Amino acid sequence: MEPLAITWFVIIAVLWIGFIVLEGFDLGVGMRMLFASRDERERRVMLNTIGPVWDGNEVWLITAGAGMFAAFPEWYASLFSTLYVPLTIALVGLILRAVSIEWRGKVHTARWRGAWTAGIGLGSLIAAFCIGAMLALTSLGLPIDGNGDRVGGPFAWLGWPAIVGGLAVVGFSLAHSATFLALKADGPVRERSARFAATWAPLCLLPAAAWAIWVQLEHGGNPLAWVLIGLAVVALVLGWVQARARREGLAFTGYAAFGLFGVAAIFAGMFPRLLPSTVDAAFDLTLANAANSPYTLGVMTVITAISLPIILAYQAWSYWVFRKRVTPGMIPDAHIVLPAILRDKEAAAPRR
Amino acid sequence: MEALDIARWQFGITTVYHFMLVPLTLGLGMAIVVMQTIWVRTGDEKFLRMVKFWGKLYLINFILGVATGLVQEFQFGMAWSEYSRFVGDVFGAPLALEGLLAFFAESTFLGIWIFGWGRLRKGLHLAALWCAVIGSWFSAYFIIVANSWMQHPVGVELGPDGRPVMTDIWAVLTNNTALAAFTHTIFGALIVAGMFLIGISWYHLWQRRRDGIDTVAAVPVGERRTGLIGRLTDAPTRVVVGEAPGVAGRDRTDHGVWLWSLRFGAIVAIVAFGGTALTGDWQGKLMYEQQPMKMASAEAACHTGSSFSVLSIGDPGSTDCSDVITLIEIPGVLGFLGTGEWGADMPGISDLEPQYVDQYGETIPDEAIYGSFAGSEVQYVPPMWVTYWGFRLMIGLGGITAFGALVALWLTRRGTVPRSPWIMRLAILGILAPFAGNIAGWIFTEIGRQPFVVAPNPDPSGIDGVFMFTAAAVSPGVTVGELLFSVITLSAVYAALMVVELFLLVKYVRGGVASAMPELAPAHGDGDGDDHDASDDGPDGPERRDDVLAFAY
Repeated sequence: MEPLAITWFVIIAVLWIGFIVLEGFDLGVGMRMLFASRDERERRVMLNTIGPVWDGNEVWLITAGAGMFAAFPEWYASLFSTLYVPLTIALVGLILRAVSIEWRGKVHTARWRGAWTAGIGLGSLIAAFCIGAMLALTSLGLPIDGNGDRVGGPFAWLGWPAIVGGLAVVGFSLAHSATFLALKADGPVRERSARFAATWAPLCLLPAAAWAIWVQLEHGGNPLAWVLIGLAVVALVLGWVQARARREGLAFTGYAAFGLFGVAAIFAGMFPRLLPSTVDAAFDLTLANAANSPYTLGVMTVITAISLPIILAYQAWSYWVFRKRVTPGMIPDAHIVLPAILRDKEAAAPRR
Repeated sequence: MEALDIARWQFGITTVYHFMLVPLTLGLGMAIVVMQTIWVRTGDEKFLRMVKFWGKLYLINFILGVATGLVQEFQFGMAWSEYSRFVGDVFGAPLALEGLLAFFAESTFLGIWIFGWGRLRKGLHLAALWCAVIGSWFSAYFIIVANSWMQHPVGVELGPDGRPVMTDIWAVLTNNTALAAFTHTIFGALIVAGMFLIGISWYHLWQRRRDGIDTVAAVPVGERRTGLIGRLTDAPTRVVVGEAPGVAGRDRTDHGVWLWSLRFGAIVAIVAFGGTALTGDWQGKLMYEQQPMKMASAEAACHTGSSFSVLSIGDPGSTDCSDVITLIEIPGVLGFLGTGEWGADMPGISDLEPQYVDQYGETIPDEAIYGSFAGSEVQYVPPMWVTYWGFRLMIGLGGITAFGALVALWLTRRGTVPRSPWIMRLAILGILAPFAGNIAGWIFTEIGRQPFVVAPNPDPSGIDGVFMFTAAAVSPGVTVGELLFSVITLSAVYAALMVVELFLLVKYVRGGVASAMPELAPAHGDGDGDDHDASDDGPDGPERRDDVLAFAY
């Protein structure tokens, strides 16, 4: 097998890990704004913990998609055309979330803020579920024919893998964001999130664990994948123990490591398949039949090898810049925007 | 309706919509980074206010561009899977490079800039904005590299399975079509920013006059220039800047904010128009070599010749030359535009069509990949009313905006705008012109490429044999119902969000600088805003006040 193709499989796994681990808490914070906040100030505390970084985190998703196109166009084409409906819904969710985050604070009325809070929460929920479903389906298989096209109609993808994958990413995001908020927020939000991380979070991670194990059972598993699963379980247990002990930094690290090892285990388990066909194993998209030419992969490898460390460095720097906890006292007053027109003519400077 | 038609509408709607937002991001971002650089270097409060005010509008617009850009990234795979498979070896690379080399920097540093006020040193904070804006320009570059490869495939050879295989990424990145299109697009974006600055600044200067804050007074005789040029160009009156303490932000500095922005915008628009003219001419010459049919249809030039059509009429839906009647034409100009040589003959549609039929066949090949289009006759002439009028609209609107910007410079030479509400409304309306011009240009170049999604190039510098009919590009497995679902859903979302975006832009524009700088509001003076806030904020109120974020969502 082409070593460059393996390299690119790893790079794409890394990009998806980046997305799950970083956007995971953004999506989770968005969802938690729906139910885990009491008042406007708390919601603003939550939103501002991800404020400076969420947009940069979303680029991991975009680059993962583009990377699939650049390295394995058959995979990109087959997966996204087969999942036309869920991907459209995911995009609507992401659009809604993005504009809601940016526009929510732009008007100071309860109705306006409430509407965009719903936009952030539902947008995050929809996007997390649909992207999770999509990833689960590419790891567990879709009904595709020899050309990589879907057979069985627009909803042929609907089934347990989609549901488990969707729940997995939603659940992971909820757990991950609870430890994130415990680490980054202060006041009631911090308390509530820390409690959630110590009690309900492990339950939220169960679908993700089920998916990772399902992939191994489906594809026969391999030692590396099982080792990664073991590491994920260890991370989960450590994260939970630390969450119960209220050591917020370690709890966050534990759940983040669960996400990292879990996604890695899923990719390792499906290797060398990219998109198994449930119609006939002969139609499977694999590293061997979907990879681009060595020249393209080589050029892209060099550029990625140079740019990815730089990206990680400046993203890390942005986390360093915004390392302070967001406290309720840090949130500025809502600003009421009034038209800059003279209502009282007498107050004007005298005409000359 | 055929799946192909819906897929094309889907792509067109998303791309045109995306490109309503992007030029403002590209152009205004650069304007703001210039303003902030001047502020950091001079410390002049006026420029800080500009950065804050225009920055607010920039961000309201930026986010919708990002959100719709997501659809762009995935829709090739969703609706155009055969296209993605055919071009995958070369086309995915610039998209991935955009993410790795541009979009990560753009998004990360923009977040740092938005929240970095007061947390970073001034110089570092400015550097973050530079990184974000340069990132957005690089984003545009990589996307245009991808698009230009569809117009002029280079850097590849035909692989064993008939698909192009990349052999030279440098050739793809330095594709002359891409360099011309990128510079043209950037200049077009700067015109958008220029007219945006002019229109909104005009509105505020006009409001200051209407409210009696600024007035004009005759220039004392002793201070007038007496020479001929002075008498012809100097205004007999000069602005007297005032202030209105009752309105947040309406002080003397406020006048400088708008006047500087307006005149800066006018200069940007005029210079950028010159840039679009030069790069557009470059593109036209390349197009005559690379896609002669597109250029001929832009001219509705049926017969080989050298006359430039000023006005042609005919059946609007026509792709047939016999329906076109040229009413006014200028001899010789077309040859000059196409080759640089006055009166050179340019190939017309009736000569080009047989050549295309010869090279690429009379009918679409009778193969399964073409679906219901297999074996049907190929229409090599794009719909001429789109290309002809798209081309003229683009150039005409560009010219009008440049003229408008010149007039704006002239009318504001005494330091403020005329009191006429009609000129003010015209300046506001002028904001729309370059947007329409940009859209017309893209519709022209994309429709003009039809019936190909990857255009074949007769020019020797292109790669022979690499081309793809649009009819073969659509996803075979995707149903009409799915495409209708996405086109209806996304269009409805786009429409609703555009209403919100315009509402927010209008709201913040009407608020003036104070809408972006709460500290200018009198109620927000030192201290009393804080006490008020501490009441609903529990025990950790007042003592934490110096922690308050300069900006928070």
